[in-house]
Amino acid sequence: MSAHADTHAHDDHGHHHKETFMTKYIFSMDHKMIAKQYLITGTIMGVIGILMSMMFRMQIAWPEEPNVLFEALLGKWAPEGVMDADIYLALVTIHGTIMVFFVLTAGLSGTFSNLLIPLQIGARDMASGFLNMVSYWLFFLSSIIMVISLFVEAGPAAAGWTIYPPLSALPMAQGGSGMGMTLWLVAMAIFIASSLLGSLNYVVTVLNLRTKGMTMTRLPLTIWAFFITAVIGIVSFPVLLSAALLLIMDRSFGTSFFLSDIFIQGEVLHYHGGSPVLFEHLFWFLGHPEVYIVILPAMGLVSEIMASNSRKPIFGYRAMIASILAIAFLSTIVWGHHMFVSGMNPFLGSVFTFTTLLIAIPSAVKAFNWITTIWKGNLQMNPAMLFSIGFVSTFITGGLTGIILGDSALDINVHDTYFVVAHFHLVMGISALYGMFAGIYHWYPKMFGRMLNKNLGYIHFWITAVCAYGVFFPMHFIGMAGLPRRYYTNSNFPLFDDLADVNVIITVFALVGGVVQIIYLYNFFISIFYGKKATQNPWKSTTLEWTTPVEHIHGNWPGEIPHVYRWAYDYSKPGHDVDFVPQNVPLKEGEEELQH
Amino acid sequence: MTALLTIIVLVFILVAIWQMVKIFDLAQAKADCDQVATDKDNKINAYLMMGFLAFIYIITIVSIVKWGDLPLLSNSASAHGPTIDNLMAISLVIIFFVQTVTQFLLHYFAFKYKGEKGKKALFFADNNKLEAIWTIIPVIVLAGLIIYGLNTWVNIMGVDESDDPMVVELYAQQFNWTARYGGQDNTLGKSNVRLIDIDRANVLGIDEADPNAQDDIIVKELHLPVGKPVLFKMRSQDVLHSAYMPHFRAQMNCVPGMITQFGFTPTVTSEEMRQNPDMVEKVANINRIRVEKSEALVAKGEDALDRYEFDYLLICNKICGKSHYNMQMKIVVETQEEFDAWIKEQKEFKNSLN
Repeated sequence: MSAHADTHAHDDHGHHHKETFMTKYIFSMDHKMIAKQYLITGTIMGVIGILMSMMFRMQIAWPEEPNVLFEALLGKWAPEGVMDADIYLALVTIHGTIMVFFVLTAGLSGTFSNLLIPLQIGARDMASGFLNMVSYWLFFLSSIIMVISLFVEAGPAAAGWTIYPPLSALPMAQGGSGMGMTLWLVAMAIFIASSLLGSLNYVVTVLNLRTKGMTMTRLPLTIWAFFITAVIGIVSFPVLLSAALLLIMDRSFGTSFFLSDIFIQGEVLHYHGGSPVLFEHLFWFLGHPEVYIVILPAMGLVSEIMASNSRKPIFGYRAMIASILAIAFLSTIVWGHHMFVSGMNPFLGSVFTFTTLLIAIPSAVKAFNWITTIWKGNLQMNPAMLFSIGFVSTFITGGLTGIILGDSALDINVHDTYFVVAHFHLVMGISALYGMFAGIYHWYPKMFGRMLNKNLGYIHFWITAVCAYGVFFPMHFIGMAGLPRRYYTNSNFPLFDDLADVNVIITVFALVGGVVQIIYLYNFFISIFYGKKATQNPWKSTTLEWTTPVEHIHGNWPGEIPHVYRWAYDYSKPGHDVDFVPQNVPLKEGEEELQH
Repeated sequence: MTALLTIIVLVFILVAIWQMVKIFDLAQAKADCDQVATDKDNKINAYLMMGFLAFIYIITIVSIVKWGDLPLLSNSASAHGPTIDNLMAISLVIIFFVQTVTQFLLHYFAFKYKGEKGKKALFFADNNKLEAIWTIIPVIVLAGLIIYGLNTWVNIMGVDESDDPMVVELYAQQFNWTARYGGQDNTLGKSNVRLIDIDRANVLGIDEADPNAQDDIIVKELHLPVGKPVLFKMRSQDVLHSAYMPHFRAQMNCVPGMITQFGFTPTVTSEEMRQNPDMVEKVANINRIRVEKSEALVAKGEDALDRYEFDYLLICNKICGKSHYNMQMKIVVETQEEFDAWIKEQKEFKNSLN
């Protein structure tokens, strides 16, 4: 592997090709530019996703009341400003799709895997710059198609982000299951292709292009997380692709993979012998690993940022790797816990309860290791550090309720209620978003050569943190009271009237939390041009990306690629004057490389 | 109106934030700050961490006090209900304990070890004993929960035919429920949506030739005798639905093309549940809210809301289309005598056809 890296070094990439605007900013094959492209596309999709959630939260809090915002944004879907029930479901569906796939998969993993893998392992670029470019442009194309699907006549996809057939398969069951769903499926198929190309590239790069001395056990945890995430993606995304293709066949070519014995709108359909439960299996075989595809990169980023800002080695480096591996393995055999009441054999429910609760063990190890990492540290409260601590906090709060949902007997009564919504938003939505913000605040100087304004970062974090708990903590309680999710209004159930005020409180927190993201957007876009110029290693970190020049050059290092002599976490090591020893500093005479 | 007010409030918040931003910007331009946390930042944020810990505790306490009458933890109306509620209570106590302790450690450490210039962190990279402890403790706790949980699950899902349960079909369609009883023979007639004949009022697709079908009884309100095991057979004619009966701790999806099942024994009649002190309080509270709402509605010239009286409900809990939010059926649990009297009045299938 290192031989390859060396030959690469002699190419002296830095000075050769003359780049035009097109090759530098649009069809770029440079991993750093592609990372920025991912980030900005993900940010735009994120704004759309969050706006949608703010709209449907207003509908839940003040059901069927006219709202000027709806009138302005939803047009014909909000006659006289009253939101239509179909568009409510569409908003919920597209919000889920966009946030899970376009923001927290492509936006998070796409950005940071691309930016950090070559920089932190000491490579000139990704294994295949071309595939990397194709991967981004497929993602871009799928984003465009997803956004276009919002404007089709009969409405966008509205069957929930899980698009269970028959609802998603039959245009007569729901307006959104016509053209809207077709575009949704096409967008997702392209998205999966993009994700697979990206993942293959990450795996190959990590395995083959590490610089001299960068053994697997010297890799920063970020790289471990991205690497394993890519492996999970390669294993599970093709299954969703096959589910999507089979669904397209059922919808358009008359097959019956998922459909059977259906009578709708006065007629019997021809479908025979298929099973919707099969779709649920295929969907969740990706769907569950997907939450780890979302959360593992965030865990990696947080581990790195916590160590750097605590000026302390990450606690239990090997245990952290082991738990990533354990989580990755278990993530592929727990999908059935989404299906306890789907009608599958109850024995399977028992098996999935067992595997699901096992996954709590590596998760607990990680949480305790992070807490121990900050113990007796010298904590530098940069915004990235705040978001990392916030990550651990919401990950614990959200993760703990998993032991209720993973327990089949308890799931019977809280399945598909707001309890589930609260759980997964905290544990993978908010947590992954915090991980992403932490990463952006920390690596912004690497991406744009300038610093983000820290005070805006502080305001951003604290208001977001309060709102996140304000939204999702009370939500557990309305779920335990039995309130189902995806209800356009609860006013048809007097039984739930006493929960109406909770919903108003949640919505107010959600609106404030959504609006304060403007601070972040302002900070992000203004700082690109007017931010304080960054120094080479502003956070005094040990990893290789901080040995590259601030100005981006093709090939990353102007001279030879640095060699690596130690792990990534030599912070405050006794026997050194400074509190960090970069990975490319040789061991002193008599210095022991840590046992890690 | 409320929405408009919210928007105005949001705009004000926005303006306030904008002003804060400007102040910060001006302050920074002067200091020529390098945007890396200083000791002062560390200190302020460390205190905010403690404040945030307090916030988490407060929101926990407020939620429990205000909304935590935890309808799931008491007053279940089925035989297996208390076992679920018990397991839920144990899980919630464990969660509450772990949450309180770990959040304290996290935020307190963030406060205590705030960075200062010249201070050096402890080089502490590994400790196998510690890691073993926090691997083994979750293992033990989870093993307990898994054993208890699986035991409960198997008991609930296992159908004991020797109980001689009453068989009831729950039939789902966009956007309503129908129930079918086996009749005298307690056996449901064969059925398939392909046999639906709207003109003959055979809306469930029951096989008219099947002898078992003749005495089936089809109703739009589910009645159950108290203390008698019921085995529900679920069917759907169009899309996925989920038969959710929260008071009985029961839920099962209705899947087109297959029959799913769930069994339980109701233990509390509707009338008894209405007399339950907790329920009386809850209903009174709901009615107080409804009266307040009604006043506002009447002022606008609309009709007042009806008074709420408690009833068990079957509600749809799987997204099924536009009117998913209003797909419900009333459930009446009554004494065997009342049930017998009621079912006698219902039409048998053979007499219900046109």
